[in-house]
Amino acid sequence: MTDTLRIEDLHVAVEGKPILKGASLTINRGETHALMGPNGSGKSTLGMATMGHPHYEVTGGHVWLNDVDLLELDADERARSGVFMAFQRPMAIPGVKLADFLRHATTNVRNPDRQEGEELIPMREFRKELKSKMEHLQIDMEFARRYVNDGFSGGEMKRAEILQLAMLQPKFAVLDETDSGLDADAVRLASESIAEIGGDKMGLLIITHHDKLLEHNPPDFTHVMLGGRIVETGGIELAHELHERGYERIREEYPEAAAENREMAEASA
Amino acid sequence: MTSTATATGFSQEAFDAFLTAHGEPSWCTDARRDAWDLFQQLDWPARNAEEWMRTDIRTFRLDRYGLPGGEVDNSLLPPALLSEGVELGGHSTAIDSVSLDGHLEQQWADKGVLFCSLGTAVREHGDLVRKYFGRAVDSSYDRFAALNTACFSGGTFLYVPRGVVVDQPFHCLTALTDGATDLSRTLVVLEEGAQATLMSEMKSTEGAEKGLHCGAIELMVAPGANLRFVNLQDWAHGVWHFAHQRAIVDRDATLQWTIGALGSKLAKVNQHVELVGQGAHSQVNGVIFTEGKQHLSYHTLQHHRAPHTTSDFLYKSALQDSSRTVWRGMIKVDPEAQKTDGYQRNDNLVLSAKARADSIPGLEIEADDVRCTHGSTSGRVDEEQIFYCQSRGFTRKEAARAIVAGFFQQIFDRITIESVRESLGLAVARKVREYE
Repeated sequence: MTDTLRIEDLHVAVEGKPILKGASLTINRGETHALMGPNGSGKSTLGMATMGHPHYEVTGGHVWLNDVDLLELDADERARSGVFMAFQRPMAIPGVKLADFLRHATTNVRNPDRQEGEELIPMREFRKELKSKMEHLQIDMEFARRYVNDGFSGGEMKRAEILQLAMLQPKFAVLDETDSGLDADAVRLASESIAEIGGDKMGLLIITHHDKLLEHNPPDFTHVMLGGRIVETGGIELAHELHERGYERIREEYPEAAAENREMAEASA
Repeated sequence: MTSTATATGFSQEAFDAFLTAHGEPSWCTDARRDAWDLFQQLDWPARNAEEWMRTDIRTFRLDRYGLPGGEVDNSLLPPALLSEGVELGGHSTAIDSVSLDGHLEQQWADKGVLFCSLGTAVREHGDLVRKYFGRAVDSSYDRFAALNTACFSGGTFLYVPRGVVVDQPFHCLTALTDGATDLSRTLVVLEEGAQATLMSEMKSTEGAEKGLHCGAIELMVAPGANLRFVNLQDWAHGVWHFAHQRAIVDRDATLQWTIGALGSKLAKVNQHVELVGQGAHSQVNGVIFTEGKQHLSYHTLQHHRAPHTTSDFLYKSALQDSSRTVWRGMIKVDPEAQKTDGYQRNDNLVLSAKARADSIPGLEIEADDVRCTHGSTSGRVDEEQIFYCQSRGFTRKEAARAIVAGFFQQIFDRITIESVRESLGLAVARKVREYE
């Protein structure tokens, strides 16, 4: 049976202000979905709430991973059930080497029932795998000895997120603007890498403003978010249309959601 | 060579018996008597004295403790942390301020290195010890300093002659049984161009809760010498810890001094580094972890007394439960100490809403061509960092542990002794409980 991630009528508030107002979408493992929409429409919020960030208060709805409601789980349990998010602005953990961080993370995610204090993946085995993944992503091994995101450039952070995606091999991944802050070559490399890592093995929800990522990862479905709701779902042609012409048509067709989006954008500005 | 003192407490009678039992050369007995007089004359520190206003010792009763002496059971020695897997140049152990066994590798003895208890050194190498004893620590500073000079017992003496480079670390373990007193004193003398590493750790025996440590450390680093000194204080949480620690670093000499402070009920420590010769350099590292109701207070001084001296100071503390730390640091630059480069920093990671870290950096500069910088930070663990780790499968507790370990890593990166880095890292990580 294929794994399914089903977001159902999700309502989310941040600091008491509603951001998501009933968002629904279903991703089967192996599919690629694009999530598009103007700034402030709630795209990142959908990802953050799915991953379980404590500042994103879920006020209604469900996020089903098969028959488990992820909302009942802590963020680490969600990660261990196979959900991943590549963050727009990943946090620095000074003093913790990326390799050590990833060894711990990989151990936990691959052995969801691991108790604290139990053995980590053997160092040799882990190093070998990390080395091959890093070579594949054309990341210098020195990178693994640096502290997690500490002093990383924007591009380095994104590459580190992709490396984590490659190591953790989740069932579902939300990629929040994983292509931003990268130059053209880096975007191409990132896009190819994601296609190879994710491809048909994961269910991907890609949040992006750019074309390139989707060129290498053609979405099976494109969702448009406006004012905290998914107002339209289509195929790849919808992504192309939005890239070429922007969100004018969407705003005109969904004036209420457009008004709410404006309000939300103004409130957060 | 266990000594016996029959009278108890810190009475005149007990002190006289203590002196008789020790049978030391007269210069030492005289020094002890002078300090004993000071001890009698001095009052306990006033509540409003700058060093004591944040540190309350009203419940401390000296009469609950006594002069060291008598039989000790060396099967009680706790396992050492710092020396695990290390090939040592020598080691020594003591329980309740009574020295037990000691060992010095023959190759170092052949080169004139001395490593033994300070008591032994006073008796067997009196003329040498006399040259340095009391040069760094001022007995009249307060009652605790006077008490240590008067009644020091056990302790460690390390002497490395001119030009001798000892590449194996020395280790001493000082243990305390329940309710006992440790009056150990450490004297390290590195002659010109000598190099050595001494790791000293203090631990309570298993199950012991209470006790008193009233200690002193004197480090004499001659021109061009290089000393790495580590002291780890890991007493049980009912132990009072009072200590005066001072290093004198001469021309072109280097001192790396690392402290680990994990134990005790209340600690009040003066840690001073004096840079007395041109080109002297010191690096001080502090790793502090407090929990429960522990109160650890450190007063540090980086005293630049000669030109072109550099000092680099970093203390990091993590505080759990309703524990408290006080750090009052000072960089002092004398008028003649031009071209001084002084740095001090204290970072505190507060793991519980009830914990509190007071951090008070200070500069006193009397030279005009110097560079001195200082800073301090105190804050909670960043929830965003916790979430980021959790999103990668770390439990909340594992996340907090990783973040705390990372916080200390900046200090570990400076410590050049691998066993110290590793054992302190593990000890700190083990202590982190649920982060709320």
